[in-house]
Amino acid sequence: MERPRSDDLRETPLFTPASPMLLAASEGEGGFHAPTVADFFPPAIFFEGTVFEFNRVMLIRVIAAVVLLTVFVIAARRAKLVPGRFQNVVEMILDFVRNAIAIEVLGEKNGRKYFFLLATIFCTVLVMNITSVVPFLNLAGTSVIGLPIVLAAWTYVMYLGAGVKAQGFGGFLKSSLFPPGVPKVLYLLLTPIEFLQVFVLRPATLVIRLLANMVAGHLMLAICFTATSFFLFDSAGAMKLFGAGTLVAGFAFFLFEVFVAALQAYVFAILTAVYLNMSIEAEH
Amino acid sequence: MSSPLDSSAAVMAAEETQQNILLPHPPDIIWSLVIVVIIGLVFYKYALPKFQAVLDERTAKIEGGLAKAEQAQEEAAAALEEYHQQLAEARADAAKTREEARAEGTAIVAELRSKAQEEAGRIVETAHRQIEAERQTAAVSLRAEVGALATELASKIVGESLEDSARQSRVVDRFLDELEASQTASATTSAGKEG
Repeated sequence: MERPRSDDLRETPLFTPASPMLLAASEGEGGFHAPTVADFFPPAIFFEGTVFEFNRVMLIRVIAAVVLLTVFVIAARRAKLVPGRFQNVVEMILDFVRNAIAIEVLGEKNGRKYFFLLATIFCTVLVMNITSVVPFLNLAGTSVIGLPIVLAAWTYVMYLGAGVKAQGFGGFLKSSLFPPGVPKVLYLLLTPIEFLQVFVLRPATLVIRLLANMVAGHLMLAICFTATSFFLFDSAGAMKLFGAGTLVAGFAFFLFEVFVAALQAYVFAILTAVYLNMSIEAEH
Repeated sequence: MSSPLDSSAAVMAAEETQQNILLPHPPDIIWSLVIVVIIGLVFYKYALPKFQAVLDERTAKIEGGLAKAEQAQEEAAAALEEYHQQLAEARADAAKTREEARAEGTAIVAELRSKAQEEAGRIVETAHRQIEAERQTAAVSLRAEVGALATELASKIVGESLEDSARQSRVVDRFLDELEASQTASATTSAGKEG
């Protein structure tokens, strides 16, 4: 996390009332570089200034995508009736998506129909999240808003499309904006809420939930490891002991980040399935 | 310079700069879209169909195998049942045959016994009859010879022939009568002993 801009720390959103205490410890030696939001906006590598500007985050995403596709294409090419160990692992992931997400939420028929969508979304989110704990990458592909937006937009289009296809345009609008079994007066209150819910909040929460989790995870990890580095190499005497504490905390956050990466992939996929189900079934 | 108010002002300021994490940049969106489209294409067109085909084939194989095993088991059960039935039939047949043979044997023995008894009775009868005939023959020849012998013997003993033939005949008759009486008596006793 080497950055040339440790001086304008105060101008970043992460600068909180608690920050001065950390700074007080670091300012003397000038060795502590707290992680900032700037981590997510690295300088361009290619095409600077154009719409194809390519930076470190894009590179991480490309690497993750290449790894994901390599694994799946090799596994698919070698796919046999009696699976080997490697095929078993890939099949375990797909089986999980099919049984625990697709069929569990959407039922047998629709679960099979939307299995490809859910598997693609789950695997993409998982591999893009997991880069946050991969050495030298150290940043989740989903911790910059573009990718969550693209994935949520895909989900958005799919569940709106599924609703229109299943109930017709009017039927879908009616069943989502005017939920049955409610006194007519309440529609004054309910319809705007339902409208917000279906057309704005669902995709927005998908984006923000994933993004915020991965941003927070990266910041926690970065704080723990930069603090460890600072305590061990830049502080004097007993202060070095804090380094052990922050190192342990960093390792704990590393494990936690792995868990969060998998959990957020699961949450994204299962919410996609739930939204699809709500669109397909008239009553919800 | 670092009061909470200032820092919140800094946040507000930062949100207007390029570094707001909630504001997407066109390159970010474009590259994300490219990556998602590529992943989606490979997954939809190649990887997932391949896996689904393999998984479906495996399911079919397993189901087919199970059905086949079930069928084989049913067949085996049927064969066992048939075998048991045949065994029972064979046992019943054997028992019946044995019973029949025993009955037949008994009948044969009984028949043979009755035949033998009949035969024995007949033999005894024949023997009785023969004996009777021989006795009568003997009696007739005795009756013829004993008179002459006795007369001859008596004339030899007396030394003179008896001139009166009438008297002679009377004497012989009386003698024979006596003889016959004693003989009948002895024959009756001997016949009683035999019966």
